[in-house]
Amino acid sequence: MAAILVYAELSEGKLASTSLELMSKARELGDVYALALGSGAKDAAATLGKHGAKVVHVNEDAAFDDYIAEPATQAIASLYEKEKPDLILFGFTSDSREVAGRLSARLGVGLISNASDVTANDGGFVARVPYFGGAKVASMRANGKPAIVLVRPKSFEASEKGGTAEVKELDVALSDAVKRAHVVERVAEASEKVKLEEARVVISGGRGMGGPQNFPLLEDLAGALGGAVGASRAVVDAGWVPYSMQVGQTGKSVRPGVYIAVGISGAMQHTVGMKTSKVIIAINKDAEAPIMKMADLGVVGDALKIVPALTAAVKKKKNG
Amino acid sequence: MKIVVTVKQVPDPNSTLTLEPDSTISREKEVVLDPGDECGVEEGLQLKEAHGGEVILVSMGPERAKEAIRKGLSMGADRGVLISDASLAGADALLTARALAAAIRQESPDLVICATESYDGSTGMVPPMLAELLGMPQLTFAKKVEIDGSNVKVHRQTADGYQVVEASTPALITVTAAIAEPRYASLKGIMAARSKEIKQVTGSDLGLDRNEPAETIEGVVDAVARKAGEVIEDDGTAVDRIIQVLATAKVL
Repeated sequence: MAAILVYAELSEGKLASTSLELMSKARELGDVYALALGSGAKDAAATLGKHGAKVVHVNEDAAFDDYIAEPATQAIASLYEKEKPDLILFGFTSDSREVAGRLSARLGVGLISNASDVTANDGGFVARVPYFGGAKVASMRANGKPAIVLVRPKSFEASEKGGTAEVKELDVALSDAVKRAHVVERVAEASEKVKLEEARVVISGGRGMGGPQNFPLLEDLAGALGGAVGASRAVVDAGWVPYSMQVGQTGKSVRPGVYIAVGISGAMQHTVGMKTSKVIIAINKDAEAPIMKMADLGVVGDALKIVPALTAAVKKKKNG
Repeated sequence: MKIVVTVKQVPDPNSTLTLEPDSTISREKEVVLDPGDECGVEEGLQLKEAHGGEVILVSMGPERAKEAIRKGLSMGADRGVLISDASLAGADALLTARALAAAIRQESPDLVICATESYDGSTGMVPPMLAELLGMPQLTFAKKVEIDGSNVKVHRQTADGYQVVEASTPALITVTAAIAEPRYASLKGIMAARSKEIKQVTGSDLGLDRNEPAETIEGVVDAVARKAGEVIEDDGTAVDRIIQVLATAKVL
């Protein structure tokens, strides 16, 4: 039986939902071990056990919360030496990829990122990775020992399987040499709105919105529908809206009941993060935009006129 | 302060991709300096202007990647290093990071600046690998950078705000596009760039051997495409049609 290590990502004591998604896949592939680091690790271990981890290695040293990537890299490298897992799974998230990158360099083995699936095959592992602008999917055999694969959030459904993990304290020496990039302050900016990843309806804006001054139109529609507002990388890069709103390959992955893409052309960077939405509606002035070829309903027209009219119609329908 | 900025030549984000017969993505098309790297160059230049020093651009790619370096030099960077070698073609992230690390090590910089991710690959794996290989801390997703002596402090963009992260130099930072608006190269800058040095080195100059590639591509298939649905021109009835779709999807 292959030994699979899942890196369980914790952020300020909270287990990332994508870590539980990884557990669903990991238990298909072999015996599952997980590693949880920092505050909340022991609580997370119980949850990981319910999702199929046989053993969860934990260490609640505050250095894992307060220093970027290096303490976690040290911990995984030392666990790797002891347990020699065949496959190490990470979520393809901004925090996990920093750890995975360092680990890959530390161990001198390559990694596969942005995977949407992993299968056991011929004594090794094959990852499916979006390729060529997302129009194709490549099957990539991991050559590394261990195989290191980063899987996109929302690639699998998290599910409980019952069970209790054995919790083992991971003994790892964290010298000052790994306590360098120090998080000295945390500043919250986002207000308490519907979370993008959890919204039933997501309305995202791109360059076709014309400018940041028009994003409140999307906020109004989201408010009327009880949804959340996202954005394409182009407008995040342009500084119109914060990175936390980015939907796409390196932004958030969403899978809402309805995704409304407004003024977004549909580059792979974006669509890979939203194409599994149940229903996609696109509003764009360009009938030839790639997004129109994947939308269930494409509306060719002026977003700045259609969106406010739609908001008014939604409100009217709800009220009467 | 000695600052290295990594730069990459990428297919023009406004052009479409084509495949080579061996299923790798064709590089034979319009290429530009990665727009994310332009922000990195800009931040490097601003730090140099505030604290003095030198900005060195390091890139890996074919001979013509010199054009991308030249673009950064015309913005005001001091010199460039291009790692160029047929044996490095198709390098995976780890080999790329190892090559960059070998070249950067020769410069002993105080600060290495990378974009958070490239425009073409968009995986963001090289910077943390590079930091590890250089033995540097990584301060990532910076939307603001402050240097005070040997202390570097960044505002690190997070999902719901930012973190203030500090470390001592030498350090590697990755910057988001929010860091700085890249300047346009002036005519004077473009002229000056022509005589700036671009040192060209090979893998063997750097003592590199190829690591086993991370992956072997076993097959490429068409992605399951969503079926195109109905496309309508907005003749005034589009809102009604959208309402119907929302109702059918039970979100209204």
